Amino acid sequence: MGLKSRTVMVIGAGIAGIQASLDLAEMGLDVHLVEETPTIGGRMPQLDKTFPTNDCSMCILAPKMSECARHDNITIHINSQIDSVIGNPGDFTAKIIEKAKYVDPEKCVSCGLCEEKCPVKIDDEFDEGLRTRGAISRYFLQSIPAEYTIDEENCLYLTKGVCQLCEKVCPADAINYEDEDKKIELNVGAVIVSTGIDPFDPIGFGHFGYHKFENVVTSLDFERMLSASGPMGGHVVRASDKKEPKSIAFIQCVGSRDESIDHNYCSSACCMFAIKEATIAKEHIKDLSPSIFYMDIRAFGKDFDKYYEKAKDTYNVDFVKSKVSEITEENNGDLKLRYVLENGDVKFKTFDMVVLSIGLQPRKNVPKLADKLDIKLNEYGFIRSDKFNPLQTTRKGIYVCGTANEPKDIPESVISSSGAVAEALKYLRLDRQELEEKKNAVPQIDETGDRPRVGTFVCHCGINIAGVVDVKNVAEESAKLPNVEHSEDLMYACSQDCMNTIKKRIKEHNLNRVVVAACTPRTHEPLFRETISEAGLNPYLFEMANIRDQCSWAHMDEPEKATEKSKDLVNMGVAKARNITSLDRLPIEINPKSLVIGAGLAGMTTALSIAESGHEVFLIEKENELGGNMRKIFYNFGNDPQVKLQDMIKKISDNELIHLYKNTEISEISGYIGNFKTKIIDKDTNKDKFLEHGAVIVATGANEHKTKEYCYGESDRIITQVEFEKMLHEGAFPKQKLKNVVMIQCVGSREKERMYCSRVCCTKSIKNALTLKEKFPNVNIYVAYRDIRTYGFREKYYTQLRDKGAMFINYDVDNKPDVKIVDEFDPDSKVNVTVFDPIMDKEVEVEADLLVLAAAIDAPEENNDLAKMLKISLNTDGMFLEAHVKLRPVDFATEGIFVAGLAHHPKDMDETIAQSKAAASRAMTFLNKKAILAEGTIAEINTARCTGCGYCEEVCAYKAIEVDPEEEVAVINDALCKGCGACVASCRCGALDLRGFSNEQLFAAFDSLEMTDILINN
Amino acid sequence: MSNKSQPKIISFLCKWCSYTGADLAGINRSQYSPAILPIKVMCSSRVDPVFLVKSYLRGADGILVGG
Repeated sequence: MGLKSRTVMVIGAGIAGIQASLDLAEMGLDVHLVEETPTIGGRMPQLDKTFPTNDCSMCILAPKMSECARHDNITIHINSQIDSVIGNPGDFTAKIIEKAKYVDPEKCVSCGLCEEKCPVKIDDEFDEGLRTRGAISRYFLQSIPAEYTIDEENCLYLTKGVCQLCEKVCPADAINYEDEDKKIELNVGAVIVSTGIDPFDPIGFGHFGYHKFENVVTSLDFERMLSASGPMGGHVVRASDKKEPKSIAFIQCVGSRDESIDHNYCSSACCMFAIKEATIAKEHIKDLSPSIFYMDIRAFGKDFDKYYEKAKDTYNVDFVKSKVSEITEENNGDLKLRYVLENGDVKFKTFDMVVLSIGLQPRKNVPKLADKLDIKLNEYGFIRSDKFNPLQTTRKGIYVCGTANEPKDIPESVISSSGAVAEALKYLRLDRQELEEKKNAVPQIDETGDRPRVGTFVCHCGINIAGVVDVKNVAEESAKLPNVEHSEDLMYACSQDCMNTIKKRIKEHNLNRVVVAACTPRTHEPLFRETISEAGLNPYLFEMANIRDQCSWAHMDEPEKATEKSKDLVNMGVAKARNITSLDRLPIEINPKSLVIGAGLAGMTTALSIAESGHEVFLIEKENELGGNMRKIFYNFGNDPQVKLQDMIKKISDNELIHLYKNTEISEISGYIGNFKTKIIDKDTNKDKFLEHGAVIVATGANEHKTKEYCYGESDRIITQVEFEKMLHEGAFPKQKLKNVVMIQCVGSREKERMYCSRVCCTKSIKNALTLKEKFPNVNIYVAYRDIRTYGFREKYYTQLRDKGAMFINYDVDNKPDVKIVDEFDPDSKVNVTVFDPIMDKEVEVEADLLVLAAAIDAPEENNDLAKMLKISLNTDGMFLEAHVKLRPVDFATEGIFVAGLAHHPKDMDETIAQSKAAASRAMTFLNKKAILAEGTIAEINTARCTGCGYCEEVCAYKAIEVDPEEEVAVINDALCKGCGACVASCRCGALDLRGFSNEQLFAAFDSLEMTDILINN
Repeated sequence: MSNKSQPKIISFLCKWCSYTGADLAGINRSQYSPAILPIKVMCSSRVDPVFLVKSYLRGADGILVGG
């Protein structure tokens, strides 16, 4: 490869591009993030909530956007387009054109006066035309960068030479009509394309009347309506009469799964999107009746089926399996749906409002971009990648992630981004970094000995807080608290301009403590800490009062009491803040080796990926052979998994950096990020060995469920899909000619004890059925299913199988197929399957030569032991629980540990490969550093008071405190201490205290409350 | 009993579980009494019995330790 660069270009700054940039930047590489619109963020900021946790989309994204904006290694180019990329991997020359912004970002103060005065009114793109914007505007309130830009196509001055109003009103003299497009040339080693999707445009599509009937909206329009910070302030009303709708119909697959428009793919996200919108709308309008008209409900992701069930049971969402053929508008604006049920019955129903669940399609300009990048597109117009290289484009050194190559949900996009980073590393030079140090760190002010000067900032969070709590009043009252020098209310404290305000106030008022009353420190504390440190304060001189998640949202019907509580919370925050001090973060050294547990497809991919980046890996496999479940997969739509497997096994044995331990078990894991120690036992010799490493990757896989249903185990003619695939491969079919083969889906999945979808079975069954059809074209195939979940481009195979004449019979979970062995005394007896067919509206009986069961994917029981050893969590299904289902799908809450493959959730091979590369990449973000900084909130000891009793040593779960036998006092290991404070509470001499949560600070918090002292009272 | 307005229940919530749980309650819009006044601690084991005595002496109407 020779040439290796330290610079990467990422095209598209949605969540995928942001994640890729952050991972690369953390590894110490320089990133150029090129974005076409005037802000980073992509589609996610348009969403109100995200399923299945109902987290506010903007709230979880904002910290990542800010991190991206402030990272020293990331250069953001907004309003920019790719002109050309020439050269070879490791040494590309990229030319980009940064369009003129006509506003000087250095001068703009984002006050908004210009837009107020701008006479031009254009449908706002961000709010889907539900409001208008000026020709000078900011893309949305929390845009990054926050500065305004002029849209030259619509500006009166730039097009007609008249107006110039913005220039007149701008108090900062920031308008520059002379601004010109800039050509920028970059030398980069690799390119990552994360350009995302466009929503399907339903104008004129079908007989749905979008833009013809006022009360028909798209799911994206509806998302903006639901959003508290959206154009309607979160009040859902229909356009025709501004009345709250009492019934809403959601129509699925608008622009998806439709061959007539060349969209024979599933958009993967819309089912959950609609279920989420239906339930959230129901929360807004209590007496709402939502109905969802669908073909199949594709709730295939982690915890999706639980969400679906909850929508049915708790929110009474009506799910109607049907096809909507036409919508007509009635005089009062109501909408009449004509729909056809499975059995052919035509029905009519009238609704107040209709939401079209529009699909995802390739970005309009993708062909042009593909041309400039010299990469190919696939049959649907998405960027082409292949099954075993899901992150590679057709040109070496150019990678793809997010939805640019296939529709996906947010976590899969995030996973693919980190994965693409691991791929790009091939052409990049990684130098192990010294202790993280900011390039432009602001010198820290020493506050010791100074009187506390507290600044309080109370956030409206749009109407999230201000809709319930009297924010202005809270801010006014806070100003009266002791030591508060400044208090003010902010619209969105986490937006870039508000954070600049905070920094400004710190300087103006010489503040040395900051209290922000807003959402929750769980998501936003790091951001604010970073902000105050940019103003020269130690990041620990910060307190947050949680007046949203734990106040305004929890007391929505009691605004006065919520306001009073908010004042108490701010009061407590200020009282604690008065007592806090600067804290130092100590360095933790990082051992660059990693431990990968499990050598299936996931473990092998991760190990290879890490080793190829130059770090040693211990690869542990409990069995004698590598490959795990992959050994049982023989077909993959033209790709041969066994060839791939043999290739990987060879690469692993050839790689000197991979230390493989087969037939080996793990008995103990101790330590923490950068410094783990693991005891492994060779199962043959029973000999043990200790390994030292800095990261852990859990790739332990999952098992096929051993079912007791459908007479499984009673006949050789009743087998699972995994067994069937082996049979197809080996040709070991039953002796007589195969006439009828029946497949039953969801065996063990999506039921009480396993309320999740095993995700791969629908595609697997269809794949096996197609292989069977190739071998025996005349065989009759019957598939009994609940919902066919061939998401993304897998839909094609479903269509193929139907075209080949397979019968699909939809069964209900309460009326499962009945299976009988015809002659129980004959070991080779055929099997009778009876199932109710809703299309024929009667029971169908098939004499099957083979019954193939799509058995669920089960979490192994051993997960429990491993979870305990690693101090990580499992979800209720026994699968490993990631740090955040949407935005941290590869990390665990415990630092230094990552998950990949089936251990996380059932997934297809391409998804496993992407997640395994992502795990490698996430681990590399710190393995590539010689040391990182520990948290400052740790225990401290006053040795003069310590009697060496050892109580603290007994209670410490992290072995971070020990009594020194000679000195007879307790000694704390700063790197091991997690700051839980158990030792502090156990100390009877008052020798221990916890930095950041000291006795004094916590006392001060509750002492500040207005209560009546009972000692005085009595 | 405090004589002013609503009762106050001082709630020591573990950062990792019950504090996160309280956030989740908010995210799900589960409604509960505004008397709950959360104080985040790094672990419920951080809660020294002295905190409880002091809170009551100070006039708290109730104490909740979540962990």
